Amino acid sequence: MTTSDVAQGDKNARPLSLSGHVGFDSLPHQLVNKSTCQGFCFNILCIGETGIGKSTLMDTLFNTNFENFESSHFEPKVKLRAQTYDLQESNVRLKLTIVNTVGFGDQMNKQESYQHVVDYIDTQFESYLQEELKIKRSLHNYHDSRIHACLYFIAPSGHSLKSLDLVTMKKLDSKVNIIPVIAKADTISKSELHKFKIKIMSELVSNGVQIYQFPTDDETVSKINTAMNGILPFAVVGSSEEVKIGNKMVKARQYPWGVVQVENENHCDFVKLREMLICVNMEDLREQTHTRHYELYRRCKLEEMGFTDTNPESKPVSLQETYEAKRHEFLGDLQRREEEMRQMFVQRVKEKETELKEAERELQGKFEQLKRLHSEEKSKLDEKRRSLEDEINTFSKKKTATELLQGQSFNTNANLKKDKDRKNSGFM
Amino acid sequence: MDAIMLQEKLVERLLCPRVRTSRQKEKQYVGFATLPNQVHRKSVKKGFDFTLMVAGESGMGKSTLVNSLFLTDLYKDRKLLNAEERINQTVEIIKHTVDIEEKGVKLKLTIVDTPGFGDAVNNNECWKPITDYIDQQFEQYFRDESGLNRKNIQDNRVHCCLYFIPPFGHGLRPVDVEFMKALHEKVNVVPLIAKADCLTPSEIKKLKDRVRDEIERFGIKVYQFPECDSDEDEEFKQLDKELKECCPFAVIGSNTVVEARGQRVRGRLYPWGIVEVENQSHCDFVKLRNILIRSHMHDLKDVTCDVHYENYRAQCIQDMTSKLTQDNRMESPIPMLPLPTPDVETDRLIKMKDEELARMQEMLNKMQQQIHDGKDQ
Repeated sequence: MTTSDVAQGDKNARPLSLSGHVGFDSLPHQLVNKSTCQGFCFNILCIGETGIGKSTLMDTLFNTNFENFESSHFEPKVKLRAQTYDLQESNVRLKLTIVNTVGFGDQMNKQESYQHVVDYIDTQFESYLQEELKIKRSLHNYHDSRIHACLYFIAPSGHSLKSLDLVTMKKLDSKVNIIPVIAKADTISKSELHKFKIKIMSELVSNGVQIYQFPTDDETVSKINTAMNGILPFAVVGSSEEVKIGNKMVKARQYPWGVVQVENENHCDFVKLREMLICVNMEDLREQTHTRHYELYRRCKLEEMGFTDTNPESKPVSLQETYEAKRHEFLGDLQRREEEMRQMFVQRVKEKETELKEAERELQGKFEQLKRLHSEEKSKLDEKRRSLEDEINTFSKKKTATELLQGQSFNTNANLKKDKDRKNSGFM
Repeated sequence: MDAIMLQEKLVERLLCPRVRTSRQKEKQYVGFATLPNQVHRKSVKKGFDFTLMVAGESGMGKSTLVNSLFLTDLYKDRKLLNAEERINQTVEIIKHTVDIEEKGVKLKLTIVDTPGFGDAVNNNECWKPITDYIDQQFEQYFRDESGLNRKNIQDNRVHCCLYFIPPFGHGLRPVDVEFMKALHEKVNVVPLIAKADCLTPSEIKKLKDRVRDEIERFGIKVYQFPECDSDEDEEFKQLDKELKECCPFAVIGSNTVVEARGQRVRGRLYPWGIVEVENQSHCDFVKLRNILIRSHMHDLKDVTCDVHYENYRAQCIQDMTSKLTQDNRMESPIPMLPLPTPDVETDRLIKMKDEELARMQEMLNKMQQQIHDGKDQ
């Protein structure tokens, strides 16, 4: 059945009137029962400078004491810390996750601060997307960790937003529902507060930051929501300590000049924040996150991956076709790379071979040279030996000759002596 | 009143001859006990000047505090920037000078403002314009002091820097530490906890202890109040001790007058009560004012002159001499005097040295050539 058929079907539906009580007005109740059994899940992200009162406000909002510890001002980067709690009120169970920024606004160079928050939000969206795209998925059991509301804590300087606030909110307004609050509002007097709120809102509007607007389309809550939209941002004071006022213990802060009561609407907007955030619009926040922010993320991500709703000829293309095409492309790519690698391998082997051959040749040459040298030496030595032998021969010849001569001379000497003696004796 | 009476007595004594008995050993009266009065008289005639610098992020209440301290309105037509304009803002230095007078004593007060400090997204080295400014003032004073005509030296050196620490955190932040470390050897740094009306008394104590610890841990030398003499009375010593333990001061500023407990006081009006600026149990504004103006203003000036300026001067001279000896190995024909305009002079010297070196090199080459020729022959 194509979409066009269904549309026509709607146009042909004629309103009928019932002649009795059928009973499908219990459908909302059934839905409510089901969700109550399932339990609800809500995730809040609190962004603000260290020490601005994020944890205290969460404690005050949910009337419990979450274990918090003070962070240091000297964190090198912005980190996010998420903690999940199970709360119960009447018979409604709430799985609450509070994500706090650690070290936000403390660094000297804050140009990268917003990036960590954006990355965290995107990671939550990504894991939900992955779950959605799985073949065997269990969405009803899935612990949804996407951020439903972001409370941005503005420091009460009394003048205007800080530059870091503006930059961060601009980056986040298309990813999460931003609810700006003025923290530690007991340092601003009433007149200053009015001017401060106007200045903040005008700055947000002039820079195109879209903060969360309470929905005004439902008549039951539109009146109060419109009123509250005009009071944004809420100026809040948080406190976990209690002070005795009259005969009751109320949450308050005790100063030497007076007591600031957290739940007194004259003193601060805490009650309004609690009502808007929890009592009236919690479900709407969740819905907006799913239908607006998550869908935007999903669309961008899939477009990035190359999926489109219509192919180049403007014919609707189903996810499967695109998937097939992508897969084909991917496999082709893989094959090409394999080929490349193989070729590279072959080439390398060839190179190595030629290298080795070269080396062999060189070695051979060296060997021959050495051999030549060796034979030369040998011949030289032989020559020397011969000459030496010759010398020995001549020497021995000379020796025998001299010996002979010596023998002869001795004889002649002896003869001469005999003659001499004869002569001498002859004279006598 | 006392001064005038004393003056009269002095004149009397000088004009009338002194009577000295040989028996009684009267103390010889010389008269220099009136020196303090002479100093007082001269200084009133000359007038005082004081330069105060305020630094801290915007929205900390610096302007309000300065107005509260000096009970005037120094920031009449001030234009505050939007958040968008501040993303890439650089730090400016703006001076406001006013002449105020009280009971015949004239004070020329200069407030050096540093808008844009810590406001940009990237605050690396955002204190550089401030340290450059302080150095410039030192350099100018150095030049004036070393010059030939020293009659009208204007002292624009910064005597005190009030640094505003935001009360919203748990202690010092990296930008606070870096700033104070860059400035603690150039100017007297007095840290303050701004907008203290968002902290309960126990929170104030915790934050002060934390800040004091961190100042010690990071080795930041903030302005130390001088120890009081041992011959002062106990009450004074006690006050002094309290003062020292109160540092850094948690201040609240306001120039609006409200009605509290039947009186008109300066304060801030809240639905839950009225914060009185001059109430010692509400904040330390009174202590700061006393320290800054009533008792230690001159000490701040002295420390600036004797310690920070002298350090700068010694460093400057050392740099100059080391630079010159690096350039020439031979005796320098120019004596080493503190040069009035160091940069131009050193450049000229460097050029001269270069020329000399070149000449020497030529001569050497010629000699070598001669030797070579001689050898050939």
